Amino acid sequence: MSAARVAPRSVSAEPRAPLATLPPWWRLYGSRIATFWLVELRKIRHDRTELYMRAIQPVLWLLIFGETFSRIHLIPTPPGVSYLAYLSPGIMAQSGLFIAIFYGIQIIWERDSGILTKLMATPTPRLALISGKAFAAGVRSAAQVVVILALSAILGIRFDWNPVRLLGVAAVVVLGAAFFSCLSMTVAGIVLHRDRLMGFGQAITMPLFFASNALYPVQIMPGWLRGLSAANPLSYEVDGLRGMLLGTSTNLPLDFGVLLVAVVAGVIAASALLPRLAR
Amino acid sequence: MADCAPPPWQRRGAPVVELALPVAAPADATRLPVVCTDLRVSFGSVRAVDGISFAIDPGEVYGLLGPNGAGKTTTIRVLTTLIAPDSGTVSVFGHDVRREAMRVRHLIGYLPQQISADFALTGYENVWLFARLFDLPRRGREERVRELLDAMGLDDARDRLVGTYSGGMVRRLELAQALVNRPALLVLDEPTIGLDPLARGDVWDRVQELRAETGMTVLLTTHYMEEADVLCDRVALMHHGRIRAQGTPAALKAVLGPQATLDDVFRHHVGAAIADEESEGGGRDVRSTRRTAQRLG
Repeated sequence: MSAARVAPRSVSAEPRAPLATLPPWWRLYGSRIATFWLVELRKIRHDRTELYMRAIQPVLWLLIFGETFSRIHLIPTPPGVSYLAYLSPGIMAQSGLFIAIFYGIQIIWERDSGILTKLMATPTPRLALISGKAFAAGVRSAAQVVVILALSAILGIRFDWNPVRLLGVAAVVVLGAAFFSCLSMTVAGIVLHRDRLMGFGQAITMPLFFASNALYPVQIMPGWLRGLSAANPLSYEVDGLRGMLLGTSTNLPLDFGVLLVAVVAGVIAASALLPRLAR
Repeated sequence: MADCAPPPWQRRGAPVVELALPVAAPADATRLPVVCTDLRVSFGSVRAVDGISFAIDPGEVYGLLGPNGAGKTTTIRVLTTLIAPDSGTVSVFGHDVRREAMRVRHLIGYLPQQISADFALTGYENVWLFARLFDLPRRGREERVRELLDAMGLDDARDRLVGTYSGGMVRRLELAQALVNRPALLVLDEPTIGLDPLARGDVWDRVQELRAETGMTVLLTTHYMEEADVLCDRVALMHHGRIRAQGTPAALKAVLGPQATLDDVFRHHVGAAIADEESEGGGRDVRSTRRTAQRLG
């Protein structure tokens, strides 16, 4: 019977020399994160509508909420800082949060469409894939920084325009967005459906926002809310941004430290749940 | 359904056709492109893959054949390191898919069943992304991407968003993505699903060209018997997570007489009711297939 078989070709059992080899892990991670960054930038370039639409909300917050609350002087601000100036870093953090918290929808979409399956079959460790996605969310948020900085300049808010500090601002916003997108991807790994994730996002964003110092200082919060705020990475993000843009007193190493730890924890949690999405 | 009576292959003392074992075993059988031993995977109470074993020879086009829910895609998912098996082992060129997952991924080119190109990127960017994910050196990366797009006849559409591609173009683009690392094993999961006959023939041509040029080992799954007949050197007929028969299409058909088609062979081994069978675990498979067909328009 086996005569019917096609004669085996003279191909060696050895795979031919592959076109590339695995780089050391630190280069692998750097390369993957850079890759997802670049891809995200390309996507933004192909379709800028989202970028423009995203700019509307922070503008409204600053122009309507900010201008109004500046006039009624209800919220105590540090000496020499107008409420508008005080609010603007908070809105910067908030708009990053709003983008990132729905980022898990993209991973569910990629799962449903088969893109994720193929990404996971490439030599990309789960941790590197999630890190890449998380920092891609950071890219989108960083675009918001530009919008809000420009608007603040127009509104006459006096920021510290030191370029090093601005880089720090971008870093803090990217870290914050990376954390919240990991939170979103973690929940995506649990709920597995777009609609449920939408529900989660809706439910969690406002509490995260209000239980932080984005709109008002912690000092005026009741004790229990203060506790929540202290456990909320968004508060550290806002603290860091205010410290760098307005020179208000803050513990920058603490702010960066909390955000870094949160990102690492988020990446680990989301990666651990990634196999659920692959099933 | 009247499945209380034992099916034919059990009644007759299970004459599982084991034609065409490797003619001359290679010097080191553990380095074969694929060796799968007693693989089992369950999802809850559903046994998606229920103890299958097979080996693929170098340069061979091997087909896993069966209806939706037969366990083909699950087998592929284990082989591409996407899910871990409950028991059994799978190795790719001697590398265990669990212990050496990164190694295995570097050796494989994978075309999933679902449409997996990113519609928000251009054709060029889609392939470029995978060139980066496979760590192709910067030098020559662009040429490699261009070369593949040319080979797949997509040079004119290179800078267009994939959202504007036709179904056949998307599939060829995905083939370019799967080939970017010059894989030693190409894994095609339902490569022509949702395509019109013309586009299907086109994909077949590309696969045959590839193997003629490179001698690449190919593992493909399909539920189109004709496709298996055209493309595969050997096929395994899968049903309910088991391999019912294995051999060259010619040998499998010869058993049933000169006029037999692979369809007849399949009916012979698994019964005639496969077309309208509500196989367990097939729901998701069917859903994703429909979605793929939908996206392709």
